[in-house]
Amino acid sequence: MRTAVRTFGPLVAIAALAVLLLVVAPAVLSPFRLNNLGKYCCWAIAAVGIGLAWGRGGMLVMGQGVFFGIGGYAMAMHLKLEAAGPEGVPDFMMLYGDGTMPVWWEPFRSGAFTLFAIVALPAVAAAILGYAIFKRRVKGAYFAILTQALAVVFATLLIATIQETGGFNGLNQFTFFFGYNLYDPVNKKMVYSIAAALLIGCLVVVWQLYRSRFGELLVATRDAEERVRFLGHDPANVKLAAFVIAAVMASIGGAMFAPIAGIISPSDVDATASIFLIAGVALGGRALLLGPALGALAVGYGRSSLSESFPDQWTYFLGALFIVVILLFPAGLGSAFGRAAALVPLPRRKETTS
Amino acid sequence: MKLDHATPDEVGLDYLEIRDLTVQFDGFTAVDAVDLTLIQGRVHFLIGPNGAGKTTLVDAVTGLVPATGQARYRNQNLLAMRSHRIVRAGIGRTFQTATVFEQLSVLQNLDIAGGVHRSPFALLRARRGVPSYVADALETVGLADLRDKPAGVLAHGQKQWLEIGMLLVQDAKVMLLDEPVAGMSAEEREETGALLQRIGKERTIVVIEHDMDFVRSFADVVTVLHAGKVLTEGTVAEIQASPEVQEIYLGRIVEGVVEEGADHA
Repeated sequence: MRTAVRTFGPLVAIAALAVLLLVVAPAVLSPFRLNNLGKYCCWAIAAVGIGLAWGRGGMLVMGQGVFFGIGGYAMAMHLKLEAAGPEGVPDFMMLYGDGTMPVWWEPFRSGAFTLFAIVALPAVAAAILGYAIFKRRVKGAYFAILTQALAVVFATLLIATIQETGGFNGLNQFTFFFGYNLYDPVNKKMVYSIAAALLIGCLVVVWQLYRSRFGELLVATRDAEERVRFLGHDPANVKLAAFVIAAVMASIGGAMFAPIAGIISPSDVDATASIFLIAGVALGGRALLLGPALGALAVGYGRSSLSESFPDQWTYFLGALFIVVILLFPAGLGSAFGRAAALVPLPRRKETTS
Repeated sequence: MKLDHATPDEVGLDYLEIRDLTVQFDGFTAVDAVDLTLIQGRVHFLIGPNGAGKTTLVDAVTGLVPATGQARYRNQNLLAMRSHRIVRAGIGRTFQTATVFEQLSVLQNLDIAGGVHRSPFALLRARRGVPSYVADALETVGLADLRDKPAGVLAHGQKQWLEIGMLLVQDAKVMLLDEPVAGMSAEEREETGALLQRIGKERTIVVIEHDMDFVRSFADVVTVLHAGKVLTEGTVAEIQASPEVQEIYLGRIVEGVVEEGADHA
């Protein structure tokens, strides 16, 4: 009985969240609020991946904006081309350039290719990057700084390539989403539902990963990397797998963010944006199953509502909130709920025996 | 003094042959041209004063420190392999301080050691029930009653048994144990020795040890290291009779053997 609760209790919680997001929210929220919630869901998808890499894998991924951006820009490129029509060229290229389209844009005319790229591009990028990083045993603060620097480089590159990526303004003014008119409220609701459903899907994926032997191995690698070597595993491979999955999730979040927000720009993917993604995870509880997602939803909501009431001071509120939470609950707000903490054991600070 | 050279049949399949193994740290030679043949079915002991190079030798064979020479096992040169590959080849080791996963239960610790037998795809599934090799190991090391306890609450000796159990689950054919009985009570040492003899029949067991009582009771073969070199090799009786060993290791007095053992007990 107790094992059943341990195993399927989290599933029930995910199901409850699914009902809230997919049934209750569309029924009670205005289209504007629902669209905002859609954005938070996109951040939450990326946050679920961060929970896996950071909470369970111990890798402080400070540059998830890069992967969020890869997915976001891939989707946005497709939407731009869809808006431009067959043989058409995205408007900003006429505005800033000579109206010729770079060849690497061409494949994104295909919806199927775009969907493939949203998963494959971040996976390949994270695999190459992760292989280089983990095989060299780069970890801890060095890893965090390296990933953060990548986010800076990525945003700088985007800003510098105005003719190819829209530069500082990013890509915006999407009219269609795979044939559905984005100005139609019904279609907007559908796009929201897709994002919410993807969030639930990602949660189910990490639920299975956490209860799998891989999940145990990942925690073991986090806590005692050298010991894992003597179990016959290369810790680099274990971490690489978690890093790649986290990157794909961030990319999926970004891909849904573009049509929901109506824009993807360097400020959505840069170092600051990456830290916002991390912030939600830290707030909710990085090692918990639902902590990262709920934390990201809360931070997203806080961003919107605080910035509406206090346009100038809201970042101070958010900053203060983090200081308080990190001081009182270093493992996140979720850890304050004993029950949740009992379901998913957190790293213990002290040894019970010597 | 030297052991008679064993015939291939006697050696069995899982023997580890170390030839001319040398480890240098910044010009200091920690292990100096060591030749050693570790044969299946015997409990080997490596003894020697502090700094003799015992642990360094084991580190070299398990890929923790770079070394020159050869360490051949089933036609593979271990010195050219990385640690996790060496483990997968069937060489397991423990450390002086027990390094079990404190938050995982005894059962989970044993189960996680079975990862070497599983495909990456199988890793994605949750654990269901107890695999037979895990149950066997649990039984063999005598921790069946504690299977659901977190490993962090185990007594020191139990942690060492758990580590040995993990090596059993890994199916390590060669077990390199670094001071497994240090800090154990007399009864625990007895049990550990009996355990090693039990599991040693179809394995190659190498124990680094200081405790001479323990060595006397359970060693089939003893190798004495001194200053990175093999001083001598033989049965316990031969080692004790060796003037070189008495000279260098035991400080000239044969009775010293007994006293050192008594100090540790």
